[in-house]
Amino acid sequence: MNLTRIAAIPLRQFFLYRGSAARVVPLFAWVTIDMVLWGFMTKFLGSLAHTSYRFVPALLGAVLFWDFMTRVMQGVTTAFFEDVWSRNFLNVFATPITMPEYIAGLLLSSFATSIVGLAVMIAVSTAAFGLNFAAYGAMLLPFILVLFLNGMALGVAAIAIVLRFGPAAEWFVWPIPALLAPFACVYYPLATLPAPMQWFARLLPPSYVFEGMRAVVSGHVFNGALLAAAFALAIAYIVLAYWIFARVFRHAIQTGLITRYSAETVS
Amino acid sequence: MQSVVAPNSLSSENPVLRVENLRKHYGLVHAVKDISFHVCAGEIVGLLGVNGAGKTTTISMILGVLEPTAGSIHIGSVDLLRHRSRALSSTSFAAVYAALPGNLTVYENLRVFALLYGVRDFPARLQSVLDAFDLHKFRNTKCGILSSGEQTRVGLAKAMLNRPRVLLLDEPTASIDPASARDIRSTICSFAASTQTGVLWTSHNMFEVEEVCSRVLFLSHGEIILSGDPRTLPAQYGKSTLEELFISVAREPFDLGALQS
Repeated sequence: MNLTRIAAIPLRQFFLYRGSAARVVPLFAWVTIDMVLWGFMTKFLGSLAHTSYRFVPALLGAVLFWDFMTRVMQGVTTAFFEDVWSRNFLNVFATPITMPEYIAGLLLSSFATSIVGLAVMIAVSTAAFGLNFAAYGAMLLPFILVLFLNGMALGVAAIAIVLRFGPAAEWFVWPIPALLAPFACVYYPLATLPAPMQWFARLLPPSYVFEGMRAVVSGHVFNGALLAAAFALAIAYIVLAYWIFARVFRHAIQTGLITRYSAETVS
Repeated sequence: MQSVVAPNSLSSENPVLRVENLRKHYGLVHAVKDISFHVCAGEIVGLLGVNGAGKTTTISMILGVLEPTAGSIHIGSVDLLRHRSRALSSTSFAAVYAALPGNLTVYENLRVFALLYGVRDFPARLQSVLDAFDLHKFRNTKCGILSSGEQTRVGLAKAMLNRPRVLLLDEPTASIDPASARDIRSTICSFAASTQTGVLWTSHNMFEVEEVCSRVLFLSHGEIILSGDPRTLPAQYGKSTLEELFISVAREPFDLGALQS
């Protein structure tokens, strides 16, 4: 892995963000809106329920973490889309950059943009709604890490879809978080789902995180084995996503799709 | 006509690009059929042929963005198919259909590609290519608002950033006015001679080919059917100009014997 070549991708993103309000504003606008919306929703639910259940860390915190994972995924896909939108594949892939380096560059770009989003969400949720991250204790970092890894896997799988099916396939990508949300148990416990949905939910690392979050804020201990399972699944999905992307890229090189990408298909 | 081919010591024993039995099939379509050729250090070779003859397919394979069905490509002594990254670090290209991102400035594009190609002395190289293609005044201009000719010059500046051993130029002057095109041809020839870069140049402008290329390869239906010095080749086939020869070959590619007689 050549760090200089990897650095070219986030540098390109920096140049693009530096000169574009249309790119910078979405970094914090949507997550701020989400925090405000769910912050008031959480307050309202808290006023209805006559229990000691801690809605702010359990629900608003879950929304924050889910948004973070979504931002990680979109950070990868958006950095990739910049090459799609500017028809830059031929220029980039005719350079010495290798596929792992290109993916690493996308992930670094995503890391930078998603950290901005996370910082904004933390600021809004703590200042406006009193979200206290101490409620998650020592589990905070592992939770974030699992979601970060899962966001990376989703991002790489998503760009494989777009590379395989052409620029118009980006419309398959944007709804991915919404499609997974019901199974990821962001807003409700796993037990709420019917049995077949629970089976699918257990294949998703975020469902372990959100189950764990609710357990921790309720004063229970989160099973370390479940956390390990979440990590293992997240890493397995990254490997799987990279494998899929590598196969799709190879197909694009064999068929000439890279050089005629705007045609969307070479068949 | 004054040739701008730079005098240099070409040696067929010192090829910077060696293509052997290169083949590309798309299903039943044979785009390139077992072609072999080489380009020496400092040499400018023209790759000619009608649209669809296989020129861009050949260039795409040399750029590593299209996998050959069979054959080999060596950049210097490095096998492109086995050591893609190492081979491509010594290669570069410019093509009318591969403009640099229009949403970045000239400087930003060159900075990013300098990193991708591992250019070490970027400030000096930047200065050099901006000088060579008269781009200083556009340094902080977004490429998307440059004229097509200016964008072509930026693409050529990018192509020379890494001092490639092999430079692939696909119709590099297609969208440039005659005066600028002459300057650009002169810059490329000087660059090739001074850095001993081997250049593979495609063009439909036969005047340009005669002016810059020391050797041409005629490609037709994926095969090299003619090769030689563009200044003497037409006479060998009873034609007065390279353009006449091109048109004859384009119309009757399989009747070269008749052409010669």
